[in-house]
Amino acid sequence: MFQIRIHGRGGQGVVTGAEMLSVAAFLEGKHAQAFPSFGSERMGAPVMAFCRIDDKEIRLREPVMEPDALIVQDPTLLHQVDLFSGLGADGYMLINSSRSFEELGLGEFVGRFRRENIATVPATELARKHLGRPLPNAALLGGFAAMTGRIRLASVEAAIRDKFPGRIGDANAAAAAAAHRAITAVCGPERVKDAQAD
Amino acid sequence: MVQRIKFYQTGTLTVGNRLLDERNRTVQSTVDRSNSLTSGHRACQGCGEALGARYVVDAAMRASDNRIVAVNATGCLEVFSTPYPESSWQVPWIHSLFGNAPAVATGVAAALRAKGRDDVRVLGQGGDGGTVDIGFGCLSGMFERNDDVLYVCYDNEAYMNTGVQRSGRTPPAARTATTPPVGGGPGNPFGQGKDPALIAMAHGIPYVATATVADLHDLEAKVTKAMGIQGARYVHVHVTCPLGWGSRPADTIRLARAAVECGLFPLFEAEHGEITEVTPIRRKVPVEEYLRPQRRFAHLFRSPPDTEAIAAIQAIADRNIRKFGLLGKGDG
Amino acid sequence: MLRQIEGSRAVAEAIALCRPDVVCAYPITPQTHIVEGLSELVRAGQVGNCQFINVESEFAALSVAIGSSATGARTYTATSSQGLLFMAEAVYNAAGLGLPIVMTIGNRAIGAPINIWNDHSDSMSMRDSGWIQLYAETNQEAVDLHLQAFRLAEQLSVPVMVCEDGFILTHAYERVDMPEQEQVDAYLPPFEPVQVLDPAEPINIGAMVGPEAFSEVRYLAHHKQLEALDAIPDLAADFSRVFGRESGGLIQTYRDDDADMVIIALGSVVGSIRDVVDEMRDAGVAVGAIKIVSFRPFPLEEVRAALEGKKRVVVLEKCLALGLGGIVASDVRMALRGLSLPVNTVIAGLGGRAITKASLHRVFRRALEGELHDPHFLDLDLDVVDHQLARAKERRRSGPIAENILREIGLVGHKLM
Repeated sequence: MFQIRIHGRGGQGVVTGAEMLSVAAFLEGKHAQAFPSFGSERMGAPVMAFCRIDDKEIRLREPVMEPDALIVQDPTLLHQVDLFSGLGADGYMLINSSRSFEELGLGEFVGRFRRENIATVPATELARKHLGRPLPNAALLGGFAAMTGRIRLASVEAAIRDKFPGRIGDANAAAAAAAHRAITAVCGPERVKDAQAD
Repeated sequence: MVQRIKFYQTGTLTVGNRLLDERNRTVQSTVDRSNSLTSGHRACQGCGEALGARYVVDAAMRASDNRIVAVNATGCLEVFSTPYPESSWQVPWIHSLFGNAPAVATGVAAALRAKGRDDVRVLGQGGDGGTVDIGFGCLSGMFERNDDVLYVCYDNEAYMNTGVQRSGRTPPAARTATTPPVGGGPGNPFGQGKDPALIAMAHGIPYVATATVADLHDLEAKVTKAMGIQGARYVHVHVTCPLGWGSRPADTIRLARAAVECGLFPLFEAEHGEITEVTPIRRKVPVEEYLRPQRRFAHLFRSPPDTEAIAAIQAIADRNIRKFGLLGKGDG
Repeated sequence: MLRQIEGSRAVAEAIALCRPDVVCAYPITPQTHIVEGLSELVRAGQVGNCQFINVESEFAALSVAIGSSATGARTYTATSSQGLLFMAEAVYNAAGLGLPIVMTIGNRAIGAPINIWNDHSDSMSMRDSGWIQLYAETNQEAVDLHLQAFRLAEQLSVPVMVCEDGFILTHAYERVDMPEQEQVDAYLPPFEPVQVLDPAEPINIGAMVGPEAFSEVRYLAHHKQLEALDAIPDLAADFSRVFGRESGGLIQTYRDDDADMVIIALGSVVGSIRDVVDEMRDAGVAVGAIKIVSFRPFPLEEVRAALEGKKRVVVLEKCLALGLGGIVASDVRMALRGLSLPVNTVIAGLGGRAITKASLHRVFRRALEGELHDPHFLDLDLDVVDHQLARAKERRRSGPIAENILREIGLVGHKLM
């Protein structure tokens, strides 16, 4: 089982991101479960969403306490909320930011993780460029696919188009592809090749 | 179900109606009225509600070719018409709860619509308590959605079935079990209460009317008219309660008429929030003529009489007369 | 067809497939997505001539359903928590009148304190109303149980509640095999009412019943629940013939044949319990689980039969009879009459507190050691409790309990659980 936790703020599409990730996994014939950390609907409040992916039925019902991968959609949460709880040394970390870990004040902290498993990606900027709005969730999924190799970009794009019709879907998919390229450059193409081979 | 009544069963009303043009005769006076609320019910002698309901339901049946479903709130009408193990209803009839008759009626209408039965109409019925108090939310919802229901409120101005407790329709100064005129108070306080006909108008529904058992022709005509309209309709019927009001059973019609003629119960019709017809007062009477014969106002007429309260009630009547133009234009 | 779909959406589509005539509901978290989904499907013309009524309260919702069902229409509504309580009078009315309404309960805790998260206190509050109560473990089962519910309700002329955990199931995206319309039509025949308001054959519904006959009417309602004990397995068997999968029934067992200790639970937590059972089995512990699907009628015989020969049972429940203990546990004890077997009650997940595998492992271990008090409150923070008790002792005007506790645990920022 592969477990992902996404952090962001209400209104940024965190929950939709987790849902699209689960649909992408479904399209590859996997079982997937996606759900939010439930709370009253409120813009700007910290929210989390979870996704589990497995080859067999997922029966577990609890928040993802020990994520294999962490996606941080809003870097303003970084020093406010305990985002990294449960992430192991081999865990994946993708942070939405145009700044580096050092510039984010995390240089020392990320030393415990494997360098090839962590990255920042300017997902908000990519979203602004491709779809004209600062909604980074789709782009981050593209980055996630590249970083972990757990899911193909094509599946992510299909899941995005399933959720968003027409031009909006295309634009989001383009943002995802751009993030995918960016992360491939950082984390290396080998992982991506593994995913394509599935 | 149509039951042919024997001529002698219909009484003097039929005899009187024979003098009228056929078009103007009441439904009740005909031998082929549906008799939806048939004899055997346990209403008190002189019950205004039983009288009103008979007229209302048979008129609704006539107007719908005998195809209605009736929904009844808990209350006097429901209780006296279905004394276990009998029922005097000869129409499809459902009683659910006290506060939900308008909502149940909405459900019946929705089901009929889903099944394409636009030939069957829905009649909701309740007393003042079930309509303006506990059922108010459901009533407003039914109005607001413009559900195809004719809702008739039989207003005897208190929770009669449970022992004459005050409702949102109890008039100022009236004695009830929960507004006793002790400790210097006049009974039910002034400055309270609600007017469901005006509230219905505020919802902008297609048809609203007030009616009374003092004018049964008018009551039937209003119900018949309402049945010719689609959407949410409301008819508010003033019904005397000899037991609760402390009046003689034989005075039921007389008192209902006095309420109209003193101005306390205006008769009007409205469509989509605008008044369209007002029945003028033919012979104005002072409110005392209405109040005196009722023991629920007896405390106003002791020695010395409560002239302040009576004057305040008269002021309400006068205000109605002005507001609705009950004495024609340019009156005082 | 396999879909990756939100639980609520799956239920909405399942209801639409059942060809309802009238849908009426009032919004309340966490059931809202179901009703929103249905309103969309109705508007899009995908549900025949179905009438969708936006009502002004939950009391109105079930009242509209009562009128509709009594007029021979297949009728559906949904609610949770406070909404269920607000319609309580109508809940008893619908059951007493024998109207085959199907209602989804998106299980949510009842306040005060106000809480929007999952537990079973809402449906438990209506367990004696005469409604049949079925609990879904997964969103697949939620879909399947709604189909079975309509057939069951109409066959017996009794209303049915399908309970699914709010948020945990309603708001989770997971894989569901959505039925085809042909399958549903094969399984669920058109509604033939036992009683119907029809001008062609007028009847009266809702008369007063005096002491002379009330007991008989009530007994017949009791009898109907007992009939359901037979009907439910039959319907489930028929379901698996038509749809090709097992779903529903009275109870389902998991690895309990040779178990020493059995865990009994309802709803989505059974999924986590299955994982824990597997892990404990791998470690050599003979443990199994029983999922109760039909809580009303309570399957006394089936539970008893499943527990014969076992050494211990742990009832894990998301509800509490204040001052007494477990609600489900009480019913389980009733099933056990005559069998002497220790029963542990674990009260867990109240107000949406996550039930983790780690906690389950711990508590089941302690149960095996015979270390649990009864009832045991899973993951209770005794320090917080003790502080509040001390506060209350210290001064009379110690303030509202909930606010005191929230202030103490400092709910600023975001915690995982």
